[in-house]
Amino acid sequence: MGRPQAGAKALDGELLGRLDRRRPGLLIGSLASGALVLVFFYCWGYQIANGIGVTGINRPVFWGFYIINFVFWIGISHAGTLISAILRVTKAEWRRPVTRSAEAITLFALAIGGLFPLIHLGRVTIFYYMIPYPNSRMLWPNFRSPLVWDIAAITTYIIGSALYLFLPLIPDAAVMRDRAAAGIKKRFYAVLALGWRGTAQQWHSLEWGIRILAVAIIPVAVSVHTIVSWDFAMTQTPGWKSTIFGPYFVVGAIFSGIAVLMIAMALLRRGLALERFLTDRVFNNLGLLFVTMSLVWGYFTFAEHLTVWYSGDLFEKNVHHVLLHGDFAVPFWTMVVVNLLIPVAVLSFPRGRRPLPTALVGCGVLVGMWLERFLIVVPALSTPRLAYSIGDYLPSWVELGIMIGAIGVFACLYFTFTQLLPIVSVWEMREGWRHAAGGGENGQAAEAAPTSAAASPVPGGGGA
Amino acid sequence: MTRWGMAIDLDRCTGCEACVVACAAENNIQTVGEEQAREGRAMHWLRIERYYEGEFPDVRTRFMPVLCQQCGAAPCEPVCPVYATYRNPEGLNAMVYSRCIGTRFCANNCPYTVRVFNWFDAEFPAPLDSQLNPDVSVRPGGVMEKCTFCVQRIQAGKDEAAQEEREVADGDVKTACQQSCPTKAIAFGDLDDPDSEVSRWAESPRAFSLLGDLDTRPGVVYLSGTEWREPAE
Repeated sequence: MGRPQAGAKALDGELLGRLDRRRPGLLIGSLASGALVLVFFYCWGYQIANGIGVTGINRPVFWGFYIINFVFWIGISHAGTLISAILRVTKAEWRRPVTRSAEAITLFALAIGGLFPLIHLGRVTIFYYMIPYPNSRMLWPNFRSPLVWDIAAITTYIIGSALYLFLPLIPDAAVMRDRAAAGIKKRFYAVLALGWRGTAQQWHSLEWGIRILAVAIIPVAVSVHTIVSWDFAMTQTPGWKSTIFGPYFVVGAIFSGIAVLMIAMALLRRGLALERFLTDRVFNNLGLLFVTMSLVWGYFTFAEHLTVWYSGDLFEKNVHHVLLHGDFAVPFWTMVVVNLLIPVAVLSFPRGRRPLPTALVGCGVLVGMWLERFLIVVPALSTPRLAYSIGDYLPSWVELGIMIGAIGVFACLYFTFTQLLPIVSVWEMREGWRHAAGGGENGQAAEAAPTSAAASPVPGGGGA
Repeated sequence: MTRWGMAIDLDRCTGCEACVVACAAENNIQTVGEEQAREGRAMHWLRIERYYEGEFPDVRTRFMPVLCQQCGAAPCEPVCPVYATYRNPEGLNAMVYSRCIGTRFCANNCPYTVRVFNWFDAEFPAPLDSQLNPDVSVRPGGVMEKCTFCVQRIQAGKDEAAQEEREVADGDVKTACQQSCPTKAIAFGDLDDPDSEVSRWAESPRAFSLLGDLDTRPGVVYLSGTEWREPAE
């Protein structure tokens, strides 16, 4: 065992030591977000008890904050799995400290995003009518409906993302198991570790599992947000029926996903003192990706509105008018500023691609991308073809409560996860350390052995 | 096969809204109250749209009763995830209330914005409850509804004809709006029967479909001899 081994051990200790020390900030965060979780469930319960009418939606604006937040959270979920899969497939070394936190964002954002269509239902108690299950009446859901495609896509994505988060977690769970004193904690990690021993065979299986998942999850992620866009694009509502919506939504999703990732990474770096791992270089690289997505998003927005305007279609132009010059002009131009002008102005310069500025730009982009979804849902609906039905929409306190509560649910899940499990993948960092030290490809097995309780001579280990 | 259809002569419509009242009484439509109506939650299955032309004092009002167009190619149908709305063999866009989970997707995709939603459970405080029509179910909260072409009257007409061992004749079935129209601006019947009143009206050179260029193939035909400007202008 050479130098890399010693370094790796120190690295393990450094990373895990931070997790052992309970950061008061994390605990306070957990509690504060826990209070918001209560707000979330109180508002939802209130709505179920009193009827969907406690919201501000009406005729013609039949969809409101719930659908906006649904699209928003599904968009955020593209932070993780998709980005980390692309980075893994392209073997980008700087992915190592990022992947775990990104994948956790995906899973939790998906769980919340997936709840919103249910919250939105008029009769949530019979939501399962949308699921194809064998029943005595021989009734199937309507497979022509984009909502049924939604269910299929999101279910696939959530299962895939959970696996994709879980697989690389196994070796780390084993490390946690081996470090924990006997008791409930040890049992918890033991269950998660699935009997991981760190044998060459296990490493081989794990590596292949991750490789296959990383490739498979990319088309799934793209399909998910495409299908979300088809909830709108498949209709014939002016302002919605657009062929660009599929790719536009995917780009928007990745864009908002990176924004969350930038914020989360800046917070993690600060909160867990991870400057050694989440280096300036990582922020620089992600910042470049970020500004690229901003430009692509800006291009798509321009293309969408130009074609609508040029067509001269009366009903489309009505929607277009309220967006650009009418009631929705303020949010529209705010969106353009925070999604395009500010990111380009800040991130084009190396000094702008440091943790604080990127995180601040990320906050702006989150607001901007939320506004984008708002501007897709509401103006189109409030400007129907028959002018007699033109309407208006203001959310009620229930909708606001659920929206803010959902942020709390997300934060609570994330804080809890960070407290329980390594938010930076320990074994992947160790692997990276090895690569940097010029070790062979076969190094993993040998490196992993000492951290596992069942340390035994490993056949084929290249580190000796 | 019967294909139920309606023809509305706009040149005869005075905008009196008797049809709106008759529809609400016939179909147990919830009265939502002032506050909810202000929020855009009035539940009329049939509404009289008013369009004004000209500048004051030289103003002209046009009336247009708008109800579910019972489209032959209905945009509301494919988007429903649970088949709560579907096309029945007699040309109606049927609603299965017990199947509806309230996604409201159908209403978004309706170019005529004629679908209405039960935002709360219906309340019919006494004595309103004693005037409920026993042939029509009262819809629970969270469910979409819309004009049914008075399907209960169609059913009653068919039952009566069956008892008398004959086919349903033209004029056997009258919708509530048609029955209450003082100027007889509404015709209802079988569009597949070339001799029916509604078919003859539909043949008129004054006939047109609302938003016809969408090719939703409406079962409602409008008649108007005067030129219409695009309603959205």
